[in-house]
Order: sequence, then structure tokens, then C-alpha cells
Amino acid sequence: MPVIKVNNLSKIFGKKTKEAQKLLDEGLKKEEILEKTGCTVGVNRASFEVEEGEVFVIMGLSGSGKSTLVRLLNRLIEPTEGDVEIDNENLAKMNKDDLRKVRREKMSMVFQKFALFPFKTVLENTEFGLEVQGINKEERSKKAKEALELVGLGSFIEQYPSQLSGGMQQRVGLARALANDPEVLLMDEAFSALDPLIRKDMQDELLDLQEKMQKTIIFITHDLDEALRIGDRIALMKDGSIVQIGSPEEILINPANDYVEKFVEDVDRSKVLTAENIMKRPETVDIDKHGPRVALERIREQGLSSIYVVDRSRNLKGYVTADDVSDAKKQEKKDLKEILRTDMPTVEKDTSIQEIFDIIHDASVPVAVVEDGKLRGIIVRGAVIAALANGNEVNGDDA
Amino acid sequence: MMLNLFHLTVLSFISSLKEETLPVAEFVNKSVKWITEKFSWFFDPIKNDFGDKLEDFADMLAEIPPSIVIVLVVLIAFFITGKKFGLATFSLVGLLFIYNQQLWEELMLTFTLVLVASLISVIVGIPVGILMSKSNLAENIIKPILDFMQTMPAFVYLIPAVAFFGIGMVPGVFASFIFATPPVVRFTNLGIRQVSKELVEASDAFGTTGSQKLFKVELPMAKTTIMAGVNQTVMLSLSMVVIASMIGAPGLGREVLSALQRANAGTGFVAGLGIVILAIIIDRITQNLNKESA
Ligand SMILES: Nc1ncnc2c1ncn2[C@@H]1O[C@H](COP(=O)(O)OP(=O)(O)OP(=O)(O)O)[C@@H](O)[C@H]1O
Ligand SMILES: [Mg+2]
Repeated sequence: MPVIKVNNLSKIFGKKTKEAQKLLDEGLKKEEILEKTGCTVGVNRASFEVEEGEVFVIMGLSGSGKSTLVRLLNRLIEPTEGDVEIDNENLAKMNKDDLRKVRREKMSMVFQKFALFPFKTVLENTEFGLEVQGINKEERSKKAKEALELVGLGSFIEQYPSQLSGGMQQRVGLARALANDPEVLLMDEAFSALDPLIRKDMQDELLDLQEKMQKTIIFITHDLDEALRIGDRIALMKDGSIVQIGSPEEILINPANDYVEKFVEDVDRSKVLTAENIMKRPETVDIDKHGPRVALERIREQGLSSIYVVDRSRNLKGYVTADDVSDAKKQEKKDLKEILRTDMPTVEKDTSIQEIFDIIHDASVPVAVVEDGKLRGIIVRGAVIAALANGNEVNGDDA
Repeated sequence: MMLNLFHLTVLSFISSLKEETLPVAEFVNKSVKWITEKFSWFFDPIKNDFGDKLEDFADMLAEIPPSIVIVLVVLIAFFITGKKFGLATFSLVGLLFIYNQQLWEELMLTFTLVLVASLISVIVGIPVGILMSKSNLAENIIKPILDFMQTMPAFVYLIPAVAFFGIGMVPGVFASFIFATPPVVRFTNLGIRQVSKELVEASDAFGTTGSQKLFKVELPMAKTTIMAGVNQTVMLSLSMVVIASMIGAPGLGREVLSALQRANAGTGFVAGLGIVILAIIIDRITQNLNKESA
């Protein structure tokens, strides 16, 4: 069930908003409208839904309207037109008291420059949302401490923000947002002010937290790598409009238009594509059913030099080579167990191509892709190289 | 030819302007008179009761043994500067000097005036500053009034002050209020408007009401700036209290004034020094009040 429904949402900054919207609907460009009416298009008729527990990323270049859009979601900016529904209540038409209630109980925001209160300690900062709700000292301090534990700052509660590093400050920002236990987290370029290494840590941490909490997260970024890492779905914005919404793979593999394609072009695909994207269906033999004879037949049929061996429930047992199999057949051995080798390279479905590239270099057999011990696919060297060279020619075969 | 004619017209117009003066001064006189008469029900109680209270308070201060006052001030100076001896030593020597010069009672009177006048300024000024920061309309209206209050020579306020409140301490407080309030208003307005947009957004995003935002975010953030305004207001009201001696406000200022009238450079210097000492002590203490909270 969608938690947030955005319908036809527009924000135009300036005086003649009606006129500007009309011209916009007639297809005029953002610059033309600025010239003609003096109005700036912030967001132009955005519509989308965000499911419960989803990480929904809004991405676009500077000035494309991301911050405006996210601020329309909690009405820090008044919409010019359109609706924002949260749990089927229309936020855009709500009175002040109801709006305040939604902000207190359902949505919290994390800011790019942290926006911590410098005169409050870490604990007091984290308590802020609860304090505003009038929750008593004891309870709010308990909840705030829990939130701080969650982000790994349990022992810094008496410090002031200025005493912490950027990464730690943003953890406080995150804890402050989480302390309210909101349904929806709004994060406007929350990690953009951090240096790259810390940024990656924070992304990982957010993903870890998300596994535990299952919040609905709306995450703004101008960085495609970040979007691809953390987004379940990504919305791409240009000049205030949403030009494509889709899963990271969809965006990468089928860019909706030139703009998206350009955006996508300079992403290092090797960071994005994983074993799952390039593996293919494996040829196998069943260790309980088949002997050397069947194995040899299959090897010959497919022109292989080895074949993977599994059991009845596809648990990976090992592999046998063509040479061993033909020897075994000559010696009239019945069981594959005697010639089974187990030194095959294995990876998980979500291992990145870069890592696979390093592994496959030294391997004499294809890399096995396993999930809970079961063989899901194999990766041959050619597929990795093709994917690194050009993402469009990935082999999308399923296991 | 045309130009010449034009020139002549302008000249004759300008010289004709002088023939009849706009009755601004007259208008102000009438207004002051009118206000004095119509609002005497308001001014008179203030003049009498408030004036008595002020004098009682000053008397009370003067009755506290000077040794106790001096020890107290020195202790405050010591602790508020972070346990340094500089200001404490200065206060000790300065206050002993004033005592030695037989000016203790005058010091207490001046202090009472400054204390009361700046308290009133701050109590009125901060809320006005808050109003100004919240409404552009209010800012546009109040700003020119503040400019007027600050640039009009301070002596000018003495005249209506006397009309309304007679002579003595009360008109002194009144004149000082007008002269010294602008900084605290301005700095409060500035301090609140300077609070970063992200912090205001953060406050709104967590669902604060207007007053929660003001008290939990804006005022604490603006505190340093507001305190700088308070410090200026206190200093201005001290300088005004000296001017107010011309309308009978007692204290160190009156000593300076009577020294002037008798052309006695020596006593004038001593009383002036007393004011300087008081100013420095008050200034440093209020400044450190600010630092401590920052
Ligand atoms: N308060 C405002 N008044 C007028 N125009 C505004 C205002 N806020 C934003 N805009 C304009 O709206 C457009 C979208 O701005 P927005 O801040 O949403 O972009 P953004 O995608 O968040 O960019 P960035 O990556 O730089 O943060 C820009 O053209 C901007 O100039
Ligand atoms: Mg932005």
C-alpha cells in the first residue's frame, strides 16, 4: 500500500503563478517562463507513489527541483497546485494543526548541512522532536538514547555538535529524525556534505538501519552512484519535472530519454552491475543420479572443459573436469564423488563485477554464483569483460 | 530666454518660501501641551509614585554598607570573568576611590537610574524586536522610528520629559528610555532574522508551534546578538543619565553639571572619573554575561 501519493504537484516561485503554470502546460521551457513571467519553475506536475518500506530516491542536477519537491512533501513550501497524500490524508489542504501533527508524528527530515542546534547537546538535539510534542523528560531521554545507540553514538550524548566530526553530526541528525519513530524519513542530500569515504559508510549504515526498521525513506541526491546504491526505485528530475521513475537497473539499462542517458553515461557500471546481472544458466550434473558417463556426455555436447556438480536440491557440491571424467569412465568408476573437485571460485548474487573480475582472472573454471549454498548461475570470463566494456551487452539470463 | 524665465520663477518661488514658516515647532508645542493636559491622569501617578519608589530604592541601596556592596561587586567581577583578577581588582580600586571622594550616595543614585532605565528599555525593546523580526510590515514601520529616536539630539527629549514628568529622576528615566531602547530592538530583530534558514526549517519540520520555535530555537540562537544589544542599551542609558542631570536627575551627573556651572575643573574631573569607573564595570560585566552564555 502506498504511504505517500503525490498527484500533479507543482510549485512555481514568483507572483504570476497562474500564468506561468498555463505557459508551462503549453510546453514552454523553464527559461522561457522565467523570461516571460519572472517566475521560476520549482516543480512541474510531479506524480508518484511511494510504497511502505521503500527507499525512493529523487535524483537530478542542481536546480532541477529536488529540494523543492521534498519540501512540498512536508509543506515547508506551500504547493502552487496538486496534492500530497500521506496515509490517504491530503497534506496540501490540511489546516495548520493537522499539519503540525503530521510533521510531529509521521514525517521527520534530515538536512544536508545537518541543521543541529549548536546550543544543545547531542542528547538534547535528539530529543527535540519529542520535546516539541510535550513528552516528559524521562521518556524522551530514553527514546533519544535508543535512537543514538542505533546510529552508534551512545557514548557521545553530552557532547555539543561542534565537538563532533561531520559524519557524527549527521548521525545525530539521523538519530533526531528517528527518535520520533516516524513513518516517513525525508532526507535532502543528507550525505552530500560528507567526504567520500564517510559518505559510503553512511550509505551502508543507512541500508543496515533500513533492514531493521523498514521505514519509508525519500532520499534526495544529485549523485547517481549514491542513488543506485541505496534506492529501491529512482525518480529522475529535470527542470522541475520527473522524467523517469524506475528501479536502478531499469534506469541504467533503459534510459527513458537522452537526458537520462547522459546522466547515466558517466556512472562506472562495474560498481552497479552485480553477479546476478551477468550470470548465465549453469550446466550441471546430479551427484545422486548421474555418473561419469552422463557427465561426459553433457561436457561433450556443450563443448565444455568442466561441469558443476549439484545434489537434488541444487546444493553446490563441486565440479568435475573433462579429463577426470573420461579417465573415470575408462576405469569404469560409477561414482562422481571420487573425482569431485571443490576448489571452485564462488560469489554471491550481489557481488560487484569489479570483485568478480579480480576472482575470475585466476580461475580455471567459470565462477559459481551461489545463494544459501545453492547454485544459481555461472559467470564466464567473457561476460565480465563485456559488462565492463559496455553495460548494454550484459547477459540477462536467469538461472 | 525660456531658460532665463524658468530660472527667475524658481528663484522667486524659493525666496517666497521664507516668507511664511511652517508652524512645526508650534505644532509640537501644542501637542506636548495637549498631551500633558489630557494625559495628566496617566503622567501624574507615574511622576509621584514611581518617582518616590525610585528614590526609596536608591536610599535603600545607599543604606547598604558600602563595604558589602564593594565585596559583592568584586566577587561578581571575579567569577563572571572566569576567575580572573583584572576586572575584580579594577572594581575594588575604582569603588574605593569613589567612596573616598564622598561620591558614594551619588553613585547609588546613578546606578539606580541606569538599572531602572535599562530594565525598562530591555523589557519593552526585546518584544518589539521580536515583533519586528516576525513581520516585514512592522520592520518597515519601526525602523524609521528607531532612526529618529537615535539621531535626534538627546537634549531634545529633556523638554517634553519635563513637561510630562516634572523634574527629577522620572523624566531622566523617560529620556533615557527613548534614547537607549533602539539598540536592543535592532539587535533582537537582527539576531532572530539571522538564524539560519536550515535551523528554522528543522524546527518547522519537527512540528513546532510559533512560540516553541521562538523560545526553543530562535531566541537561544539570537541570544549572543541580543545581549550585545543589551550591552549597548545599558551604556547609552548611562550616558543619558548624565545628560538628564540637566533636568534635575540626581547622581554623579549632577556633580559634573554643578562643577561646570562653578567652573571647577577638579570636582568635575573627579565626578567624571566616577562615571567612567561605573561605565567600565557595568560594560565588562554585561559583556561577560554574554560570553558566558555563548
Ligand atoms: N525560495 C525560492 N524562490 C525562488 N526560486 C526558488 C526558491 N527556491 C528554489 N528556487 C528555484 O527553484 C528551482 C529548483 O530549486 P531546488 O533548490 O529545488 O533545486 P535542487 O534540485 O534542490 O538543486 P540543488 O542540487 O542545487 O540543491 C531552482 O531554479 C531555484 O532557483
Ligand atoms: Mg537542493
